[in-house]
Amino acid sequence: MKTIQQSLKERILIIDGAMGTMIQRHKLEEADYRGERFKDWASDLKGNNDLLVLTQPDIIKGIHKLYLEAGADIIETNTFNAQRISLADYHMEPLAYELNFEAAKIAKQAVQEFFSDPATEKGGRERAYVAGAIGPLNKTLSLSPDVNNPGYRALTFDEAVSAYYEQVKGLVDGGVDLLLIETIFDTLNAKAAIYAIKKYFADINQKEVPIMISGTITDASGRTLSGQTLEAFYTSVMHAKPLSIGLNCALGAAEMRPHIEELSQIASCFTSAYPNAGLPNAMGEYDEQPEQTAHFLEEWAREGFVNIVGGCCGTTPDHIKHIADHVRNFKPRPLPVLESAL
Amino acid sequence: MSANLSIKPYLRLSGLEPLVIRPETNFVNVGERTNVTGSKKFARLIRENKYEEALSVARQQVESGAQVLDVNMDDALLDGVKAMTTFLNLLQSEPDIAKIPVMIDSSKFEIIEAGLKCVQGKCIVNSISMKEGVEKFKREANICKLYGASVVVMAFDENGQADTLQRRVDICEKAYKILTEEVGYDPQDIIFDPNIFAVATGIEEHNNYAVDFIEATRIIKQKMPLAKISGGVSNISFSFRGNEPVREAMHAVFLYHTIKAGMDMGIVNAGQLIVYDEIEPQLRELCEDVIQNRREDATDRLIAFAETVKAKDKNEVKNEAWRSNSVEERLKHALINGITDYIDQDTEEARQKYPKPLDVIEGPLMNGMNVVGDLFGSGKMFLPQVVKSARVMKKSVAILTPFIEAEKEQRRLAHLAAGTQNEEGAGAARILLATVKGDVHDIGKNIVGVVLGCNGYDIIDLGVMVPADKILETAQKEKVDIIGLSGLITPSLDEMVHVAHEMKRRNMNQPLLIGGATTSRMHTAVKIAPQYENGVVHVLDASRSVTVAGSLLSKEQKPDYLANVGKEYQKLRDDFASKKTAKQYLKFEEAQKNKVTIDWNSFTPIVPQFTGTRIFDNYDLNELVDYIDWGPFFIAWELHGKFPAILQDEKVGKEATKLFEDANELLKTIIKEKWLTARGVIGFWHAAGDGKDSTFIYDDNGKELARLEHLRQQNKKAPGQPNFSLADFIKPTSSSGGTSDYMGAFAVTIHGIESHIKKFVENHDDYNKIMLQVLADRLAEAFAELLHEKVRKDFWGYAKEEHFSNEELIKESYSGIRPAPGYPACPDHTEKYKLFNLLGGEQATQITLTESLAMYPASSICGWYFGHPQSQYFGLGKIQKDQVVDYAGRKNMQVEDVERWLRPVLEYDV
Repeated sequence: MKTIQQSLKERILIIDGAMGTMIQRHKLEEADYRGERFKDWASDLKGNNDLLVLTQPDIIKGIHKLYLEAGADIIETNTFNAQRISLADYHMEPLAYELNFEAAKIAKQAVQEFFSDPATEKGGRERAYVAGAIGPLNKTLSLSPDVNNPGYRALTFDEAVSAYYEQVKGLVDGGVDLLLIETIFDTLNAKAAIYAIKKYFADINQKEVPIMISGTITDASGRTLSGQTLEAFYTSVMHAKPLSIGLNCALGAAEMRPHIEELSQIASCFTSAYPNAGLPNAMGEYDEQPEQTAHFLEEWAREGFVNIVGGCCGTTPDHIKHIADHVRNFKPRPLPVLESAL
Repeated sequence: MSANLSIKPYLRLSGLEPLVIRPETNFVNVGERTNVTGSKKFARLIRENKYEEALSVARQQVESGAQVLDVNMDDALLDGVKAMTTFLNLLQSEPDIAKIPVMIDSSKFEIIEAGLKCVQGKCIVNSISMKEGVEKFKREANICKLYGASVVVMAFDENGQADTLQRRVDICEKAYKILTEEVGYDPQDIIFDPNIFAVATGIEEHNNYAVDFIEATRIIKQKMPLAKISGGVSNISFSFRGNEPVREAMHAVFLYHTIKAGMDMGIVNAGQLIVYDEIEPQLRELCEDVIQNRREDATDRLIAFAETVKAKDKNEVKNEAWRSNSVEERLKHALINGITDYIDQDTEEARQKYPKPLDVIEGPLMNGMNVVGDLFGSGKMFLPQVVKSARVMKKSVAILTPFIEAEKEQRRLAHLAAGTQNEEGAGAARILLATVKGDVHDIGKNIVGVVLGCNGYDIIDLGVMVPADKILETAQKEKVDIIGLSGLITPSLDEMVHVAHEMKRRNMNQPLLIGGATTSRMHTAVKIAPQYENGVVHVLDASRSVTVAGSLLSKEQKPDYLANVGKEYQKLRDDFASKKTAKQYLKFEEAQKNKVTIDWNSFTPIVPQFTGTRIFDNYDLNELVDYIDWGPFFIAWELHGKFPAILQDEKVGKEATKLFEDANELLKTIIKEKWLTARGVIGFWHAAGDGKDSTFIYDDNGKELARLEHLRQQNKKAPGQPNFSLADFIKPTSSSGGTSDYMGAFAVTIHGIESHIKKFVENHDDYNKIMLQVLADRLAEAFAELLHEKVRKDFWGYAKEEHFSNEELIKESYSGIRPAPGYPACPDHTEKYKLFNLLGGEQATQITLTESLAMYPASSICGWYFGHPQSQYFGLGKIQKDQVVDYAGRKNMQVEDVERWLRPVLEYDV
């Protein structure tokens, strides 16, 4: 069986689409989120999507399978907010490890069931990878939440590292194949995640799983929320020696294009891109159609910008299927030659 | 577009914006004033908790041209960790400061780490050293690496600070080795500080400190070209504290030499750098004596001179003699020295002297800026000084602009009065100008803008670092008639190519003008023009931009003009292509003549034990184990280091040992439970060359079995070096002697892996799955190595006496070679068909070839045996069309098919 590095040299791999959008379709109520185990929990739990791996595991597994059926090579665990800093919103800090562990297991099971089921359409795939999703935290390390006190920080680097460390441990114990630091608004948060991953694998004395890094350009300024240009962002996380660097969220494909093109020109590793399904409409909904998204991504593939593509907010298995169909016949971006002399 | 993307090992840093240090970057100024040990003002502000005000010191450094900000909070009266954290957090909220990278400067590592926790960009740590031993050094380096920081390494070890040339070089080399080999640092992220000490102290031993530093810099850069050199520049003049004019002169002289020797960056007061050429000559000479240690009384003479300077106020030292020169000279002086004090009056004087205000810009101002450009180019001026010059220029232009506008208006009115066509009214042609992304230089572009503006065009100037997207979007929205791109640094060239490519993609039709110091007609013709059909023109300087724009905007002239430019560029492209080829490659016929010289007359071919093939089925795996090359095994697992040293490696040793044990464990099971089987086929035949690039294979009866075709190196070699081809190693028929030569082939494979892989997959045991695959590969390779040895000693027997250890085998110390089709010496995979036919095909080898000629099972190896002692491995390199055509003819294949198989080695584009 090929390694992901080998596969990435041969073809463009597909990462799945939105989890939240798919969960919304189930129109879950407070009681559904609580399930039996948390029926007496003191705070509201509706909207705590990461909790569903414990209370509605079949729904989550079902969504993973829909994306596998649509052609995804990489599926993300349902753990975007599953570390103790974000979980504090629900007073669920002690569940951090368990949520990650279970989420990883469910995703692995989905993959295993999909590939062992003779009825499913594999589309030439030998396997699929589970990427442990590591989100940006709901607090930032580079920005002050208090406009009158710009030097103030709601969080320390060490706190961020220890929260990420616990998340990584859960994901790795649960069996993820990759770790994906995604939707990076603040590069310093991402650096804390990188620190935690490197430290965790050094502590357990095992080979690191490949790290994927995906930043977010928040608006037309072409910068991250914490103010870095794309190249500055890339330079700041290169030490992770990631498998891939890329962009996701905040922008639709049309707006993301110049940035992913720039990234494809500077990145020494593989590149990834999974934009939103356009920009949200007045109702806050994403209405870019699968065919439209796929059309944009096909052009990126033709230009040789990308190695991994998929979707973020508002994208569905249908989007992923169209994307997979449209990029199938294009060669992936070749890895740049790393020169050894000036 | 990205097919040939290559990435250079530049030092890359970042604040909110990137800072890439390229060879042409010249010298990076690290602002030194945000340092409590160096700036009394900053120290006072921090001590009094006036952090907001302290930020203004940082801002002043950035505005004066600092490209990196050194922050130091080492003060016995301060809580350094807290001060560093507070200041850096606050600094992040000021984008105009936070845009540049931070150098976290402390002698206490806990302060450094506190700083690293506050900065999102890629920082420099200043500094770590082996002062307290190698272990501490490594530990700290590892932590810096976790934060992704570059490190300044002081030339310091347990025996103290390096103060001789030799110690400086030795310590830096040792640190480099540890950082790159043990800690895993990229060499470009290592910055050495080989210790700048004060000279002219009156102590004789100190006199050579500057010379030693300069020499150490030169040697370190020679030995470790990717590493960088930095230092605290003001140390050099420490003995002249309080005498700023002398200190600044010493700094300028010292930097002039160190930068030439290769110093990349330095901690300086960015606002106070003076220009080498502008130092008062006597003082400069005295400083040269001291810095270069070229006379015994150098110190005394500089001190004596300094006394005379000290007595005066600093402003008086600033010689005002230049004020009595002509207005042109005064403007030049003001531009070079960045003096704005008199620019109003001098500009006004010049305006009255010259017929038109525009003449002042094109005359004296441009002349002055040309000198600035030359000084910058030769390393005698630094970026902050150039920024100051530009400020003077802009001020002067601002004074002139209203006059230019008024003149334009007059012309317009005159046109109206005369009823002639108005070229400057609402319908004026629009020209968009931008300095491309990644480049900040806009002096030239601003001048072009002014000059074109003066000629009646409507200028849209998008400024610097403009992404392609923004340029083209604006061009389309504003319906501009011409787009002009500017750039000064070499990477801008690629960006211009990109803009042209994008213009085509967007189906634009505006002509594209290319200008700026780094651009050239040749580059424009070869790289940019082919990207875009609707006109790409290189413009040499501002004065020519007017005629070019005029031609492009005139409906009558444009077609002819573009046709002429097109012809001219085609010729440039042809020249370029022909030069490129003639320089580097030989005609195939010439390459064939320059073959390996072998004295065939005195060579008696060794007769193999048998001809035809012999099969080794189910070969004893135990025998293979001793031939395993464990190096690639660890590489497969991404552990880097030499075997067996890797088992003791400080960083990966534990992991490597565990892996090695697991491998041996699995290997035992594989052998004991007979999971895998090894099968090999070898063969020998009579062979003869045609004196060129073909080899004929015969059986015992002289019947031709195959005709092998080889490829020959075609790049031009140094005198005495042959253009290798495998054909050269087989005795040609034309040689006298009669005895025919021999050659051989082999194929080995490891069977039986599938069911076990499946089992591991079912158990989700990736570790053992990969382990099994890696071991199967190693066994196949070991089998090939073992058979080759038996061939040399026994079956062919041309090296009966050899006794090599496994290590020597791995190093390929043996005589004769076993190159594989598809690999460097013979990259054509299609020759594999012949090899497999000779060996008896799929049935004998039990290997199948896929349509792309990969072998299945994957753990298979094949190759040819060449026995001549002069045969050796080589890489083919690139080849040219004439050889490809000849080769295709010999192989009876279509040229296009051959090109498809050989694409990676083709010197030309298909």
